[in-house]
Parts: sequence; C-alpha cells; structure tokens
Amino acid sequence: MSRRVKLAVYALLCVLCVPFVFPTWWMVTSSVKPISDIFAFPPALVPSRFDFSTYGRVFELQPFGQQYLNSLYIAAVVTVGTMAVAAMAGYAFARIRFPGQNVLFLVVLVGLLIPSEVTIVPLFQMFHTAGLTDTHWPLILVPILGAPSVLATFIMRQFFITLPGELEEAARVDGLGRFGTFYRVALPLARPALGAVAIFTFLHSWNLYLEPIVFLSTPSKFTLPQALTQFVDAYGSPLWNVQLSAATMTALPILVVFVLAQRQFIEGLAHTGLKG
Amino acid sequence: MAATDLGDRVAVRAATRRRTFWTIPRRDALVGYLLISPQLVGSVLFVLLPLGLVVYYSFQEWNVLAGTFEYAGAENYAKLLADPKMGQVLTSTVFFSAGLVVLNLTLALTLAILLNQRLRGTTFFRTLFFSPVLVSLVAWTIVWQFLLQQDGGVNGLLGVAGVEGPNWLRGESTALLSVIVVQVVKNVGLNMVLFLAALQGVPRQLYEAAQLDGAGAWTRFRRITVPQISPTILLTSIITVVGSLQVFAQIAVLTQGGPGMSTTVLVYYLYQQAFQFRHLGYGATLSVLLFLIVAALTLLQWRLRRKWVFHES
Repeated sequence: MSRRVKLAVYALLCVLCVPFVFPTWWMVTSSVKPISDIFAFPPALVPSRFDFSTYGRVFELQPFGQQYLNSLYIAAVVTVGTMAVAAMAGYAFARIRFPGQNVLFLVVLVGLLIPSEVTIVPLFQMFHTAGLTDTHWPLILVPILGAPSVLATFIMRQFFITLPGELEEAARVDGLGRFGTFYRVALPLARPALGAVAIFTFLHSWNLYLEPIVFLSTPSKFTLPQALTQFVDAYGSPLWNVQLSAATMTALPILVVFVLAQRQFIEGLAHTGLKG
Repeated sequence: MAATDLGDRVAVRAATRRRTFWTIPRRDALVGYLLISPQLVGSVLFVLLPLGLVVYYSFQEWNVLAGTFEYAGAENYAKLLADPKMGQVLTSTVFFSAGLVVLNLTLALTLAILLNQRLRGTTFFRTLFFSPVLVSLVAWTIVWQFLLQQDGGVNGLLGVAGVEGPNWLRGESTALLSVIVVQVVKNVGLNMVLFLAALQGVPRQLYEAAQLDGAGAWTRFRRITVPQISPTILLTSIITVVGSLQVFAQIAVLTQGGPGMSTTVLVYYLYQQAFQFRHLGYGATLSVLLFLIVAALTLLQWRLRRKWVFHES
C-alpha cells in the first residue's frame, strides 16, 4: 500500500472516530467541570478546574449505591443463568436425538422473532397477578428463560454442532453417561461460545430500559438506566451535571474492564459460531 | 467403524432390553428432555403464552383508567385501520428502520474493511469504534441529548468549521436523523466486529488470483468479498432489521416521539397507548401488528437468502 493511501486511511479513521469518542470524552470530563463550564459555548474540551461535588449529589438525590448494586446483581444472575440454560438446551438440540426434537426447536425459535415490546403487556399482567410487580423477579426470570435467552441457545447449538463426534464416543467408552459427557467434555470446550453469550447477555441486561420502567416503581429497586433519567429538578428538566456524573459512574467501570480485556472481548464476540 | 458401532449398539440394546426399560437411547432422550426443559418451559410461559394473550387482549376493550374489560370483537382492529395517526407512525417507522439499517450496515462494513488493512494501530481504532457498545444505552443517549441542543457540543464543533448547525432535536427531519445517528454510532461496533471476523476468513489467494487476472478493487469487492461474507451480511441484516423495530429507550429519552409525530415509531406508539393512555386492548392490537411485521421481514430475509447468500444455493 502506497504512503499516500495509508495516510488517507488514517485520516479517514481519525475523522470517523470523532462521534464515537467525543461523547464519552465529553461525558467524563464534564462530570468534573464546574456547571458554568458545562454550558460554555463553544464546549470546553478540558475542565478549567476540577469540581467533584456533583458526585456526592448523585448519592444524595437517589439511593444510587443501591441502584448500582441492583443493576450489577441482576446482570450477574441473568448472565450466569442464561449461560446455564442456553448451554444445556443448545447441547441437547445439537447432539442428542430425541423424539419431537425438531418441533420443540421450532417452538423455542419463535422467541427470536418476538421483540420484548410485543409481550410486555401480558407479561406485566402475568407478574401482576402473581404479585411480583415492583420486584426484580420479572427482570431476572424473563431474560433467563424467555425470548432473550433464545439467541444464546441458538449460538450454543451452532457451536456444539461443530464438535467432532469422536470426542463423545471416547467419553462414552470411558464410562461417562450422557450428562457427564455434556458437563465434563463438551462444556469445557465451549468456553469461547460461552464467553460470547456472557458478553451479549450482560450488556443486554445492563442496558435494559423498557422492562424496569414498566415493572418497577420504588426508587430503591430501580436499575441504573432507569435511575439515570430521574435526576431532574422540580420542573422535570434534567440536572445535567448530576446526570453526567451518574452516567460516568455507570459507563467507566465497564469501559476500563473492556480496554484491559479487549482482545478476549472482541475475539469472543466474533466467535459466535454464527459465521457460516 | 459405523458398522461396529451399530453392531455394538444392537448387542447392547438386546442385552439391556430384557433387563430394563432404560435402554441407552431412552436414557439419552430423557437427558435431552431434561436439558431442554428450562428453555422449553420458559418459552411456553414467557413467549408463547404472552403471545397468545396479546392476541386475546387485542379482541377486548380494555381501559385500565376506565376500569373496562369486555369482548369487543374486531373493534380494535377497525380502530387500527381508521387511526388517523397510523399513517404518520408507519411512515416514521419505515424511514427510521430503513435509514438505520442502511447506515448501520454500510458504516459497519466500511469500518471493517478499513480496519482489515494491514496497518499499524488498527487494534487501537477498533477499540475506539467498539467502545460505545459498552456505554450504557441511557447514559449514551443522555450525553447526546445534551450535545444535540441548539448550543450543544455538536453545533460547537460545527461552529469551529464555520457551519451554523440547526436545533437538531426540534426539527422534524433532523430529529429523526439524530435518533438514527445516535443509535448507529452506539451499536455499529457489534456489526463491525462480526464483519471483521468474516473478512479475516476470506482466503487471500482469491484476491491474489483476481489481481493477476486484472480485476480492479471494486470488482474484487463485488465478486469476492461480498459473496464470501454473505452469510455474515445475512446475519447482521436480520439482527439489525429486527433491532431497528425495537428502538425505544433512545426515543423516550431524546425526543419522546416528537417534534409532532416525526419520531413516533411503532414501538413508541405502542408504549404510549398501552402505558401512558392505558388503552391496553389497543396496545395489544399494535403489538400484534409489530409481531407480524417482524415475523414477515425475518421470513422474507430468510427466504431471499438462497438468491444471494454464498453456500446456500
């Protein structure tokens, strides 16, 4: 590649990455700017002085620590639960022959076609009848067992299909039963696919917005996306500086983890078994 | 090997049948049913049952505020056909989804091709382009809401270049465009990574051979790259089309469906009817419509794949 083309590619990449980087940069720096700097025009790229006071206000205005924990533990439970459910179902659909298999797989696949918005009304009604609204149960049970986990099951099935059959025969000769073969032989090999499922699922749960605002009404039970929109003054207009501090706290830890582990992260995602 | 395997199985089966009901295939099937049972029970309980209920509700007059719930026949569907807002809602939905899908896939593929060049620093740029995927959706949207104000950061940047920007979220066409761009920049990294993985799987010899035959860059892209990565194009386009019809939080935070009805896409209208105006019956009818649209588009893409997806014909 000639020098001139190389330079052109770099220039293009630099211009293109502005809308990707600027908002995050602006969010993080503005969260430590004095309020007058936030509204400065043209916008200041670096704070004129550091002001961390809004970070304290985030916790005064809402039970933000509790909300942070809510989001974290819900995302963790959903991720682990989905990995288990999807690995089991994906393995069975890929490697075990049982009567009715194809029909049952189609039944499960319907979930791929259903946006969660379609079923939100009856789900609300069902959980309301069960007395489980304003609890975290709907936010945990539906993703693990319902439509969101179907994509995970599909990814796991595509992966298990590619495993060589000889491995299982060897395991069987060594005296492992069907479940043992799954748990001790197939599952450890499925680590890359499980990693992709874990990432997808965690991000999905972490970003969930419609379900929390439909199911939850007590501020101490809120999740982060929902809490972020609640930093408003008495007239309902956003308290920008507080919102930005809260938003920074929700985004920064994940970004740091990502930058540290970005290789495994991106390669894990690319390895969804859906390539061909 | 298959013969001995079969022979073994027959022998084992004959030996065990006399002793027990639990032959190996039966035990296998039992384990199979047990392993799929959580997913299957979940699908019935949280997918099929709600879907059935949505259809049932769509035939009811159900208003929580008025406390009514009674059979209404096809009234909600008649209302849907006569709804004067529906034309605007569907127009917004089509423009929004089409704009989002086209922009997302073009940008994802462009970025993937740029990053697939053998250049230093592509890992660094890959990290940058991917990073918005990890910023929580509402945080991302809130920041853009601020940046897109009349005197916000976007117009500040444009001002440096000597351009006076509009009030993005207050103009009908710019509001729709803004929501599309905010959503694409947030999520294009996922498709970019999938495309990048696919591009790296294309055998280099194909390009070298084509170059020897005198094929230009565009021809190589059209005749080699596109067919080779077509399974990934199919996957990403299905995910993106379905995803575009589910965009809710961004609209709720950025524009609340406005100005006018310019960003009131179907999902947002459904949310308004069901949860703001509490017309749950009509909300269910809109849900049925949304489901039919998603199912039809997915099946259409799946059907058409034989025409253009490599390895599938």
